[in-house]
Amino acid sequence: MLSTRHLTGIKNITEADIQLIFQTAEEFKEVINRPIKKVPSLRDMTVANLFFENSTRTRVSFELAERRLSADIVNFSASASSVSKGETLLDTVNNILAMKVDMVVMRHPAPGACAFLANKIKANIVNAGDGTHEHPTQALLDAFSMREHLGDLAGKKICIFGDILHSRVALSNIFCLQKLGAHVKVCGPPTLIPKHIGGLGVGVEHDVRKALEWCDVANILRIQLERQDIRYFPSLREYSQYFGINKALLDSLGKQILIMHPGPINRGVEITSDVADSEHSLILQQVENGVAIRMAVLYLLANQ
Amino acid sequence: MDTSRIILSQPQFNLVIERLCHELIETYDDFRDTCMISIQPRGTPLADRIYRRLTELGVPAFPYGKLDITFYRDDFRRGKQLSASTTEMNMLVEDMKVILVDDVLYTGRSVQAALTALNHYGRPAHVELLALVDRRFNRHLPVQPDFIGISIDALEEEYVKVVWGTEGDDEIILYPKKV
Repeated sequence: MLSTRHLTGIKNITEADIQLIFQTAEEFKEVINRPIKKVPSLRDMTVANLFFENSTRTRVSFELAERRLSADIVNFSASASSVSKGETLLDTVNNILAMKVDMVVMRHPAPGACAFLANKIKANIVNAGDGTHEHPTQALLDAFSMREHLGDLAGKKICIFGDILHSRVALSNIFCLQKLGAHVKVCGPPTLIPKHIGGLGVGVEHDVRKALEWCDVANILRIQLERQDIRYFPSLREYSQYFGINKALLDSLGKQILIMHPGPINRGVEITSDVADSEHSLILQQVENGVAIRMAVLYLLANQ
Repeated sequence: MDTSRIILSQPQFNLVIERLCHELIETYDDFRDTCMISIQPRGTPLADRIYRRLTELGVPAFPYGKLDITFYRDDFRRGKQLSASTTEMNMLVEDMKVILVDDVLYTGRSVQAALTALNHYGRPAHVELLALVDRRFNRHLPVQPDFIGISIDALEEEYVKVVWGTEGDDEIILYPKKV
């Protein structure tokens, strides 16, 4: 049984919770590879997907997970709603809950929006990304994918590359991997590394080659072009030259590294196409595992 | 005070397994187009034992799967903690004769869930149910076994457990309530 009624972040769940989610996701992975990929577990539940921020793969992945569990679904996006008329988050959500919704999957630009709601409403909340804070299901599916290749992650070395400053994926990954006993480093330009990240027990590296030589897995994050309100580096070309990961660099290491990317990829910026599409890339596997992990999270929270 | 009661132990236990195997051979002959599917987790030790014995008796290899029914149970979100076991189904059951195996047939709800789950692997030609223990007066649904190890009359609150030993010390125990 999970120790929480809501999944607002990885920070406030336990290692036992993570292992339970993994164990359940393994079974759901088998389910989604069957000829009929559907189970009736949530047939009496309604899930609202509230996306106050753009999303493609996370929204589709959650929606597929909900459908595979036979839940009824209400989809909501901020641009086509009363939010644009000035309605508050709490009012919006309470109105949706008044229509007898049991579970809320929410993405919101404000960090802490899910935790705020979890204290106010009865339905189970799943955080699908809150600003630059956390994206727990992404971290779970990343760790689950690594675990499929490396086994137990205790003692394994994982480096997160790129825009750490704006990344909710990075923070959730750090919490998740550390709870599983892995060693974590981050690598990127100093302007994109949060100043106090050392306080999380994470190593910092600014040299991509050294970071790659150290790690077993490279989790490469997207440069969030929409959040570059000030110039964190001179140009994309320069970023790509100093911090981009290409095949020649990987080949020169003399060891094999698993390549991950939460998507969407800026091909040719943080990662080249030949790396993204190579046999060491887990990118599409991450997407497949995303559905299984989200099914597990929804299933376990529904049983609380 | 321990008020549990052993209702079947050796050598009768082995005799029951042996009889079930012979009944299956009488019914399924060369086991063509037949598969055996255990309901996870507790049907699996029984199905393992039966499959092994059938092989020793000269039955050619036939498909054998393990089906977890956790996600199909009708008591989900009703206060009970359900944890999933592994499903190992490397075949489809389309037009196959299926022998569904469970250790104890009690309310019939597990069998109902198993039949729903089974349909996700195709449409079987027919399904028969083998249960080591039939608690015949505790049914909630109209489900009856086709092959029965032992039938017992137990009160609703009593609990039947099959203990699989390693060296022929298997037994079936009746407890006054769930342990």
